[in-house]
Amino acid sequence: MDIQLKKGLLDVCVLAAIKNGDSYGYKIMKDLKPYIVLSESTLYTVLKRLETSGMLTVRTAEHSGRLRKYYRITDSGRTRIAEFKTEWREVMQIYQFVAKEDEENEKA
Amino acid sequence: MKKLEFMHALYEKLSGLPEEELEERLAFYGEMIDDRMEEGLSEEESVAAVGSVEAVAAQVIADIPLGRLVKEKIKPQRRLAVWEMILLTLGAPLWLSLLIALFAVILSLYVTLWSVILTLWAGFASILLSSVAVIAAGIGIACFGHGLTGLAWIGAGLVCGGIGIFFFFGCLAATRGTLWLTKKIALSIKHCFIKKEGKVCADVQRAG
Repeated sequence: MDIQLKKGLLDVCVLAAIKNGDSYGYKIMKDLKPYIVLSESTLYTVLKRLETSGMLTVRTAEHSGRLRKYYRITDSGRTRIAEFKTEWREVMQIYQFVAKEDEENEKA
Repeated sequence: MKKLEFMHALYEKLSGLPEEELEERLAFYGEMIDDRMEEGLSEEESVAAVGSVEAVAAQVIADIPLGRLVKEKIKPQRRLAVWEMILLTLGAPLWLSLLIALFAVILSLYVTLWSVILTLWAGFASILLSSVAVIAAGIGIACFGHGLTGLAWIGAGLVCGGIGIFFFFGCLAATRGTLWLTKKIALSIKHCFIKKEGKVCADVQRAG
């Protein structure tokens, strides 16, 4: 897959994983596993990028005697998800057009 | 491998990174290992799930832009003394031109490598073009009544096309190889910035 495309998709995937409530690194990785396989290093980079661009906030909290980082989506993170949905509706329309062309060519 | 061993090994491998970033990354990996253990995996299994120290370090280095690594390295650890500044300024015509020359050499190597690839593709294009042209000419000759000569031309064109197809795969392999090579080179340049400091760190620890 194209690197820029993958970068964008990863961002939105991670945002979607925290949109219904705060989450932490391992849980995000587990939740995304059925859809996209992430390495720790990649996830770290994505989380850092989202934090820098203000799409999520980080807080450290104690959990069974150790510290754990929790990630919370911000308003601009939610806006990003909404934008993604609109963008991909257009992409899907283009996809359908391209796929239809192929089908017609195969028939002919 | 135990968690502590893993963290220590990773720390040594990445000790050229900015201190703050290194600590944050290590904490991140530590948290991942702890969470896996909490889920019921053994310590060894949890560490193994993160990957080998070498693989993790390689990926971290690949993730960080070269510019940032260089900047971190160039940033002086202490303030420069006045005589050092004077020396640096006076020496600028020398070290600056040397630095520019170094970059020029790297750039020219890069350009040379890619011009070879470009040449290969140009060769492929010319073979393909000549194949099309010869076949077209063959058809023309055949139409004007020289059937056998025309057929020979078309045959030659097809042979040319066949060679072109082989050439295409050669070009593709060469391009992929060059891409792979440039990635490797970039990674090893980054490693240069990380490694040395790691060694110093290990030496200091041994001495301590």
